[in-house]
Amino acid sequence: MIACFSLILVCQLVGEIIVRALRAPVPGPVLGFMLLFGVLMLRDRLKALARGPLEAGRIEGTAKGLLAHMSLLFVPAGVGVVQKLDLIAAHGVAVVAVLAGSVVLTMLATVLTFLVVGRAIAPAGDRE
Amino acid sequence: MSTPPFSLWVYLSQTPLLWLTVTLVVYATADALSLASGRNPLLNPVLHSLWVIGVFLYLTGTPYQVYFGGAQFVHFPLGPVTVALAVPLYENRVVVRRALLPMLLALVAGSVTAITSVVVLAELAGLPRDIVLALAPKSVTAGVAMGISETLGADPALTAVAVILTGIMGAIVVTPMMNRLGITDYRARGFAAGLASHGIGTARAFQVDEVAGTFAGIAMSLNALVTSLLVPVAVTVLVG
Repeated sequence: MIACFSLILVCQLVGEIIVRALRAPVPGPVLGFMLLFGVLMLRDRLKALARGPLEAGRIEGTAKGLLAHMSLLFVPAGVGVVQKLDLIAAHGVAVVAVLAGSVVLTMLATVLTFLVVGRAIAPAGDRE
Repeated sequence: MSTPPFSLWVYLSQTPLLWLTVTLVVYATADALSLASGRNPLLNPVLHSLWVIGVFLYLTGTPYQVYFGGAQFVHFPLGPVTVALAVPLYENRVVVRRALLPMLLALVAGSVTAITSVVVLAELAGLPRDIVLALAPKSVTAGVAMGISETLGADPALTAVAVILTGIMGAIVVTPMMNRLGITDYRARGFAAGLASHGIGTARAFQVDEVAGTFAGIAMSLNALVTSLLVPVAVTVLVG
């Protein structure tokens, strides 16, 4: 588990270093995500890589353990709302309404584009 | 003069232990209630943890910085959890590869809608310019959004609040909305949830369906990428 968590941190660290070095507008953890995906794909080709944290199922188990509790990680930043009570009193209703409207529009645009494009490219007879 | 229970409180309230414990206990309780309700979206564990902890801090007169001193240990894994999303992507790579084109076009459509709609709606609502800027990156995960907000010269703390409110609202709305629309493709449903409401939407999608969760995770990571590139451009065009 420690080895798996280390592998995840190393990916993130390398991601952060590359982002800083290249001044890329990409967030470090996102690059780390691509790196870990690359390592997993490489493991399929090179059997020698399948050891330590990359032994079949190990990193998978740790990652799923982390992902299962993802919501918890947003609590500390969210509690920061207590610092913004004056702003909430002044503009809270408008801010919440704007965010709610935007989230619904965003989901509609995303889901409809996905479905329309999916249907357009699906060969006839392959449709669910 | 400080009585023993009071001096104990003074000591504990300054240690990370107390605030880390409060965060975990409140969240574990909220999550247990959510599970007992069969994951009713209105019993969103993040939403109920926020107000319970917020009220507790208010009643005890604890500054947010002191609370965060303990809670930061729970905040830190936001980065590693983003990296960990590579695992469900890897395990579902065959399903994902088949949906590559719909995903990419939905990513562009969703990302542009997320930024444009929030800026336009905020201006229509007459919100001041600094708030409009802080709201612009609200659909991406907290750490990334706060970074974008900083480069815009907006208030990252306000952005963090907008991000989390967006995540909670998305997580509450997504299941009833998709059911009402009769959308049964869990790839599309998950992708929309992750794109519009990042990690909180992704966590919700994983509760509903593993494939939905995977697509939500991909959408969340890709949107972090696209939004970091788009927001500065959009803000120049829309806010002026």
